[in-house]
Amino acid sequence: MTLLSVRDLRVTFGTADGDVHAVKGVSFDVSPGETVAIVGESGSGKSVTANSLLRLNFGADVRTSGQVLLEGRDILAMSDEEVRHVRGREVAMIFQDPLTALNPFYSVGRQIGEAYAVHHPEASKKELREIALDSLHKVGIPEPGKRIDQHPHEFSGGMRQRIVIAIALVNSPKILIADEPTTALDVTVQAQILELIAAMQAEHGSAVILITHDLGVVAEITERVMVMYAGRVVESAAVADAFVTPTHPYTRGLLKSVKSLDSVRHERLESIPGIPPSLINLPSGCPFHPRCAHADSLAGRCSTEVPELRRVGPGSSACHLPDERLLNLLGGAHER
Amino acid sequence: MSDSANAPEPPVPSVGALSSEGLSPFRMGLARVKQNRAAKAAFWVVSFYVFVAVFAPVLVRILNIDPYALDREAINDFGLPAGQLGGISWDHPFGVEPGTGRDILGRLMYGARISLLVGAIGTLLTTVVGVTLGIVAGLRRGFVDALIGRLGDVTLAFPSLLLIIALANPMTQRLESWGVPAGNTARITYIMAVLTLFGWVYMARLVRGQVLSLREREFVEAARSFGAGTGHLVFKQLLPNLWPQIIVFVSLSLPGYVALEATLSFLGVGLLAPAASWGIMLGDSVRYYRAAPTYLFIPGVTLMVLVLAFNLLGDGLRDAFDPRSDRQQL
Ligand SMILES: Nc1ncnc2c1ncn2[C@@H]1O[C@H](COP(=O)(O)OP(=O)(O)O)[C@@H](O)[C@H]1O
Ligand SMILES: [Mg+2]
Repeated sequence: MTLLSVRDLRVTFGTADGDVHAVKGVSFDVSPGETVAIVGESGSGKSVTANSLLRLNFGADVRTSGQVLLEGRDILAMSDEEVRHVRGREVAMIFQDPLTALNPFYSVGRQIGEAYAVHHPEASKKELREIALDSLHKVGIPEPGKRIDQHPHEFSGGMRQRIVIAIALVNSPKILIADEPTTALDVTVQAQILELIAAMQAEHGSAVILITHDLGVVAEITERVMVMYAGRVVESAAVADAFVTPTHPYTRGLLKSVKSLDSVRHERLESIPGIPPSLINLPSGCPFHPRCAHADSLAGRCSTEVPELRRVGPGSSACHLPDERLLNLLGGAHER
Repeated sequence: MSDSANAPEPPVPSVGALSSEGLSPFRMGLARVKQNRAAKAAFWVVSFYVFVAVFAPVLVRILNIDPYALDREAINDFGLPAGQLGGISWDHPFGVEPGTGRDILGRLMYGARISLLVGAIGTLLTTVVGVTLGIVAGLRRGFVDALIGRLGDVTLAFPSLLLIIALANPMTQRLESWGVPAGNTARITYIMAVLTLFGWVYMARLVRGQVLSLREREFVEAARSFGAGTGHLVFKQLLPNLWPQIIVFVSLSLPGYVALEATLSFLGVGLLAPAASWGIMLGDSVRYYRAAPTYLFIPGVTLMVLVLAFNLLGDGLRDAFDPRSDRQQL
C-alpha cells in the first residue's frame, strides 16, 4: 500500500526574469515506514518538490499542478484549512538550519508545546509541558528538566537540530520530510543527527523523505534514492543498485565525483564538468545533454527529445541510451 | 554591559546572558536598559510626568492652584503678574498667567495631561494602524504590498503640516456635525486622526521590512509546516519578534507627537484656551516675553525636559534591543 503518491508534479515560479520551471513532472511513491532519499545538485528542485508536498512554496506567483495523494487524498486540491490539518499532524518537516528554524523569542519547551497545541487545542499547559519534557528526553537533550525553559540561543547547533526534530515529531506524523537536516551542522554532529532521525523513525514508524547532497548519508540510512536534475527525476532505484550499478550518466557522474576523493562523506555534488542549466531557459531535449559524454552517440536525439523515466534493470532511468548500454557500459565504468 | 562579565556558563554561544536560566532576548534587552543610566534617569523623569498628569486634579487641590481660577489679586492694573519673576509666590509657585492671573503650575499639570494623552493615543493609533498594515504588506506581498506601499508614498508626499493647518477648521466642524462633542473634544479628535493618517507610514515600513526578513527566517515557515494558521503566525511568531522594534519606534515617536501637539496649539489649530495645553501657553507667552519672561521659560523647559527624557529613553531602548548597537557597548 502506498502512503504517499506524487503524480506528475510541476511547479513554476513566475519571476521578473521569466518563468522558473523548478519542478517538471515528478512522480514517485512512498510506502509506510520507508526511507527515500532525494539527491541532486543544488537548484535541481529538491526543496521545491518537498515543499510542494505540504504546499509550502511561497512567492507572488507559484503555479503547481499534478497530484500529491496522501492515502488517496490530494493535498494540492485541499482547502487551506484541510492542508493545515495535514501539516505537522500527518506530514512534518525538518529544516536545514536549526539556527533560524526556531523562534528566538520562546523557550524551547514552549515551542514544542505550541506545535502540539496547534493540533490539540484542548491540551492544558501542564500537559503541554509534560509532552515537551518527554520530547526533549526522547531526542537526547541532557537534563531536559533544566533546559526546557531555555531559549534557542542557549543551545549548540546540534542540540537545536534535536529540538527541531522534537517539534516535527511531537504529533507523530506518518511522513517526516528532512530537507538537508545536517548541512548546516558541524561534521562531528551530523552522524548523530542522522542516527537520531533513524532511531525516531524506528520508534514512530514514520516514513522519511530525506533530501541531501551527501551521498554518504544516502548509503547509510536510506533504502531508495531518487536523483533529480533540472526539476526532473533522472534515476530512481534501490540504494544498493543505484550505487553499485548507476544507470543514468548523471548519477554515474555524481558517484565518480565522489569516489575520486578518499571519503564519500561530505563531498558536495558539484564536481561534474559544466554547470547546471538555467531553469528559465532549459536546453532542448534532455536537460543533461550539454554535460553528457554520451550525447553525441545517438544522432541528435538527446538534444531534441526529452527522455521519459522508464524501467531499466532493477530501477528506473530517464536516458535515451539503450538498456544494455545503460546497464553494462555505465555499470562497470565507475570502477576506474 | 560587557561580555567579560559572563559567569561560567554551559558551553553554548550566549549573547551576553546575565544568567542562563530561560533568558529571552526580550528580557536580556530589558536588563541592558537597566544598565543604561541616562535611560534609567529618563524613565524616572517620564514616570514623574505621567504621575503628575494622572493625579493633576488631586495635586492642584492639595496645592490649591486651580488652573482655571482667575486671580485678580495676582495681576496688576496692566494685566501683568504682580511681584517679582512673573508673580512667583507661595500661592503661585511658578507665577501666574498675564491677563488672567491663572496659576501656571496648575496649568502645566493640566497641560501634561493633554500632551501625554495626545502623545499616547496618537502613538497607539499610529502603532496599531502601522503595525497592522506593515504585517499585512509583509505577509501578503504582491498586490496588497504594492498598494500599501504606494499609499504610503502618497501620504508622505503630502505637505502634511500645511494640510493639517488648512483643514483644521473645516474638519473640526465636520467632526462636530458627525456628533463629536463640539470644541476641544472635536479638535483633539482631529489632531489624533491626522497624526495617525500621516504617521502610520514609517511604522508600517519598519514593520514590513521586519516581517519580510522574519519570514525568510525558517521559523515562520517551520510554524507553517507544523500546521499553524495565520493568527498563530501573526500573534505567536511575528509579533513577539517585532516588539523590540515597536517599543523603540514608539518611544522615539512619542516626543514627536508631544511636540507636534504643542506646535499645533501654538499655531492656533490645536486646542483653544481655556484648555491648558503647553502649546497654548507658549503661544500666549510670546506676547509677554519682555514683561514676564518666566511665562515663556517655564512651559518651554517643561516641554523640553519631557521631550528630552523621551528621546533618551528611546535611545536607551534602541541600544538595548537593536542588535547592531552591540558595538557601542564594547
Ligand atoms: N520562491 C521561489 N521563487 C522563484 N524561484 C524559486 C523559488 N523557490 C525556488 N526557486 C528556484 O527553483 C529552483 C529549485 O530550487 P530548490 O528546490 O530550492 O533547489 P534544491 O534542489 O537546491 O533544493 C532554483 O533555481 C530556485 O532558484
Ligand atoms: Mg534545497
